[in-house]
Amino acid sequence: MAQHNSTAPKAAPPKGKPGMNMRFERPKDARKTFGRLIGYIFKQKYSLFLVVLLVIISSLSGVTGTYMLKPIVKQLEIALKNGDVGSCLSKISFYLILLAVVYLIGAASQYIYSRIMINVSHKTLYIIRKDLFEHLQSLPLEFFDKRTHGELMSRFTNDVDTIREAVSQGMVQAVSSLVTVAGTFIMMAVLSPVLLCLVLVMLAVMLFSVKIIGKKSSSFFKKQQQAVGAVNGYIEEHIEGQKVVKVFCREEMVKEGFTKINEELRKASAGAQTYAGVLMPVMGNLSYLNYAATATLGAALIIKGVTFLDIATLVSFLQYTRQFSQPITQASQQFNNMLAALAGAERIFSILDEKPENDDGGVTLVNAVVEDDGTITECPDYTGTWAWKRPGLDNGASYTLLKGDVRFYNVTFSYDGKKDVLSDVSLYAKPGEKIALVGSTGAGKTTVTNLLNRFYDISEGTITYDGIDIKQIKKDDLRFSLAMVLQDTHLFTGTVEENIRYGKLNASFEEVKSAACLANADSFITRLPEGYNTVLTGDGDNLSQGQRQLLSIARAAIANPPVLILDEATSSIDTRTEKLIEKGMDKLMEGKTVFVIAHRLSTVRSSKAILVLENGKITERGSHEELLALKGKYYQFYTGSLELS
Amino acid sequence: MIRKILPLAKKYSFFGILSALSIAIEVAIEVRIPFLLSKIINNGIMGNDFELVKTLGLKMILMAIISLFFGMLASRFSALFGTGFGFECRKALFARIQDFAFSNIDKFGTPSLITRLTSDTNMLQIVFMMVVRICVRAPLMFVMAIIYAVKINTRLSAVFLLVAPVMAISIILIGRAAHPRFRRMFEKYDGFNLSIQENLAAVRVVKAFVRARHEKEKFEASNNELREASIFAEKLIILNGPIMSVSMYSSIVVIILLGSRLIVRGLLAVGDLSAIISYVSQILMSLMMISMILVMSVMAKASLNRIGEVLDEIPAISDDAADKSLRVENGSIEMKNVCFKYSLEAERNVLHNINVKINSGETIGIIGGTGSAKTTLVQLIPRLYDVTSGEIFVGGHPIKEYTLENLRNSVSMVLQNNVLFSGTIGDNLLWGDENASDEEIEKACETAQALSFIRSFPDGFDTDLGQGGVNLSGGQKQRLTIARALLKKPKILILDDSTSAIDTVTDKALRDALNKQKDITRIIIAQRIASVTDADRIIVLDDGKINGIGTHSQLLKENEIYKEVYLSQQEGANKNGAA
Repeated sequence: MAQHNSTAPKAAPPKGKPGMNMRFERPKDARKTFGRLIGYIFKQKYSLFLVVLLVIISSLSGVTGTYMLKPIVKQLEIALKNGDVGSCLSKISFYLILLAVVYLIGAASQYIYSRIMINVSHKTLYIIRKDLFEHLQSLPLEFFDKRTHGELMSRFTNDVDTIREAVSQGMVQAVSSLVTVAGTFIMMAVLSPVLLCLVLVMLAVMLFSVKIIGKKSSSFFKKQQQAVGAVNGYIEEHIEGQKVVKVFCREEMVKEGFTKINEELRKASAGAQTYAGVLMPVMGNLSYLNYAATATLGAALIIKGVTFLDIATLVSFLQYTRQFSQPITQASQQFNNMLAALAGAERIFSILDEKPENDDGGVTLVNAVVEDDGTITECPDYTGTWAWKRPGLDNGASYTLLKGDVRFYNVTFSYDGKKDVLSDVSLYAKPGEKIALVGSTGAGKTTVTNLLNRFYDISEGTITYDGIDIKQIKKDDLRFSLAMVLQDTHLFTGTVEENIRYGKLNASFEEVKSAACLANADSFITRLPEGYNTVLTGDGDNLSQGQRQLLSIARAAIANPPVLILDEATSSIDTRTEKLIEKGMDKLMEGKTVFVIAHRLSTVRSSKAILVLENGKITERGSHEELLALKGKYYQFYTGSLELS
Repeated sequence: MIRKILPLAKKYSFFGILSALSIAIEVAIEVRIPFLLSKIINNGIMGNDFELVKTLGLKMILMAIISLFFGMLASRFSALFGTGFGFECRKALFARIQDFAFSNIDKFGTPSLITRLTSDTNMLQIVFMMVVRICVRAPLMFVMAIIYAVKINTRLSAVFLLVAPVMAISIILIGRAAHPRFRRMFEKYDGFNLSIQENLAAVRVVKAFVRARHEKEKFEASNNELREASIFAEKLIILNGPIMSVSMYSSIVVIILLGSRLIVRGLLAVGDLSAIISYVSQILMSLMMISMILVMSVMAKASLNRIGEVLDEIPAISDDAADKSLRVENGSIEMKNVCFKYSLEAERNVLHNINVKINSGETIGIIGGTGSAKTTLVQLIPRLYDVTSGEIFVGGHPIKEYTLENLRNSVSMVLQNNVLFSGTIGDNLLWGDENASDEEIEKACETAQALSFIRSFPDGFDTDLGQGGVNLSGGQKQRLTIARALLKKPKILILDDSTSAIDTVTDKALRDALNKQKDITRIIIAQRIASVTDADRIIVLDDGKINGIGTHSQLLKENEIYKEVYLSQQEGANKNGAA
């Protein structure tokens, strides 16, 4: 009778970001990915073991509960025949107590496993997200160059979400469906093998229908996926360009174009949703067909007077026939989710399999004290003086003072392994020198600085820093000794103060303020509603591009390393403001080795040496006056007859 | 909110009605079946009546087939209804955004508008479809199952009259308590996404400052908060399952207990007992489905609100009062006491008391520092924003008298951050004028100094740009957007720092070419003074006020700011420059 068991439809789990029911994907190597995903879940194997045990108990309690029907009906039959009401009723009461106990155990296990499962699944997701994020931090820039932010974001959102669904629901349901179906068949076999044969035929029909519907629906889901992609692409492009749409009065045309692909999406998802919804009624009604057929056959057999079947047996058998279609329906509904989760997991794992930046340098940066006789000793506390520590034999070490002497020897580099961006570049910058890099787009200016801090590794040649090959220097320490101000300023959500402090995490407020003054940012910061405590949001949207550049200059100023790289650092600051911060910039660059890349030639004039890069080669080197006299490329740039952007 | 959005389903409500009808038939049969089953047991099997079993069995098979048929129809119709609703939602949202003024777009922000159009709408569509499927099925099944159960045995049916309210109340209580918890979870989710986005965008900064550990710590915190908020919310929802089971199981035990007493006294048949249990399960199931709707609606509510906000947003600029037949006759502009601020709550005006008169055909340069409101000033002319006070005249009429389309077709503006769309170069140029002839297109490109580089591409005007014009350099993009603006054959052309990436020689050629078009009033905002020296007049803006107006030589004599800017640049490119 209890055709209902623990596989009652559970409240849908909360979904982080929508898009569910909208995907249709297949993993490439399901088995391998599955194994790896299981590995994550197995990190909590004790909890998991308990969950599986409790799921089995709860499913079995449902199956057993139905079986209890047989002795009860039997007693009723006896009571009706013999009239021995009292003893029958007391026996029935006994069975009912048993039944209540079985059910209670079932319900209790259900609650406990659900509760444990929440922890298990969220812990698993937590670990996956953590691994993914931490691994991302270690990956080289090449990796980020090849992928869009949206693509990487969707690993964290969509892909983790599909895994959430599969882990929190799919696993429990898989075990419970399996146990329920298996238990039901065993019980049916015990009750009546003859009737079971009929049920098996029906089962074949059911599985066949599941397969056909699955096939049909997957082709629609694929179409839907494509349509969603098209619609999202159109939306992104046109909403991002909305202001242009308005300036050109193209609103109506854009609407028309949207309606067209929107209609495509509607058709495709109507098909997909139809097949998704059809499974339930098909399975439900097939189970009624099954019931009717079984009842007719059973009744015929009993009436014929066969010995192996009685009414009580038939009644509980019929109850079972209604019980086994539900888990099959649920399992088949879960199947697509499972595959989607595996496809998502596969994408996450492929990122985890990416090789991190190689960092085999043994030379580290330490605080140092220079004795009167010129020897350098290491010091645990901040001294303001830094030295490179080169580990020697027998725990000994040699020290070189950090000065900021940079040299490139015959450096050749290519981003893609095909086209050389820099070829055979040699250059030097002595401590305290300001070197400017000039050249048209794609000439390789930024690449030079990217190689110095090992954002990318060179293919040929050597770069030395204070005489040490930078490949031997530990990457973090190398970068610690260089500060960069980039053209695209990126600020973080947080206060202005926190953003400046990013350059030196333990800086005091006074240090923050003086760095801001240096960059001429203090005056606009103090005019902000909350001053230094003003919270910047969305990559500093509430500031102008120029103000953001000032902040990022302050951020570099507070870090105060011996080498400074300014990559178009003042491009969005108007010339008047640039003039105002010039003093600050001069102070910032004082005593430092500076690499300047600038579009505006007024910025580079004062450099010690100007390098003109052309197609990855240095074609001219000299001071401003020397290069003008040369009347070469620099002269052409300077007089504006060449495009510089 | 719901009242605002539901009318969107109206167009497809025919499918909604068909779907409701099909579901009703399906449910009616589904509720009828346990009744038949009890008859098979009672009269057929217990009564040893094979003929009856056969008849009833056939009847049941027939009913199952009918129910299957209507079930499939229901699925089809509800899918059509739900996706139709989604279609209308997207359409309405998209159309509403097209009507937005710049200030409306600024208020929401582009990424937020995109999310509302994509994920929020999808979410709403999915929930809507579920609600459509459940909201007829659950109440109907609930009522009919009660009727059948009472018909079989009133006293036994009383059991679920006790159980159902207990279950209903607990489900409602759980749903209520869960709502704020889920809202918190979604907030955490947003914060979590933001922290990743920022990290990805700033990957170079993170690496340059060696802040991976710092970033990991920040991430760890938001990751943990997300986990805790999720567990806190889900902890409540999982109570639904066990509550359902306990209600179900206790009803079964009590019904069998009482039922067997009735059976032995001959007051109830064995089959009836099984039927009543089936009905109890149907009743509780329908309650469960209703609780599912409650949970789903919690999740959909945030999306619903976000969509509603967009639909409720009133476009800040409308041209209802405009005279449709009025065209812009000439390119004269006059600003009278114009003040502007981006939001009414803002304390300070961005533009203060601007008074200026520009004659048709004049070339006007605008110079000013970062934040001096140059862009703001020119955006008022094609009514991208409306003045806060004061008035602007174009062609002798207040700009509000023109329809937006007429005004903007005559005032062509090249934005600072200009966008090209996916498609070919030709497709993009046609944005200016769809019916432009090849000659007109070539002429516009020639003026914009774009013809030579377009011709240098193997596919010429048919070169595919990819999304956002990725295959072009900055200077090429700027020249294309200028050509696109010229194709509108405007009376007024505004270039907002639109030649910054173009080298000085090309820039000069471009200005010379534009100067030949004497019937167009040109307004040029530039960082480079060289770009405006040959203008008829130059406006110097400082902190939202006009600091000076005059020719290059006048300003050089009289205007401090202009002098300063000039000198700072003179040290640079222009001293020996060709310009």
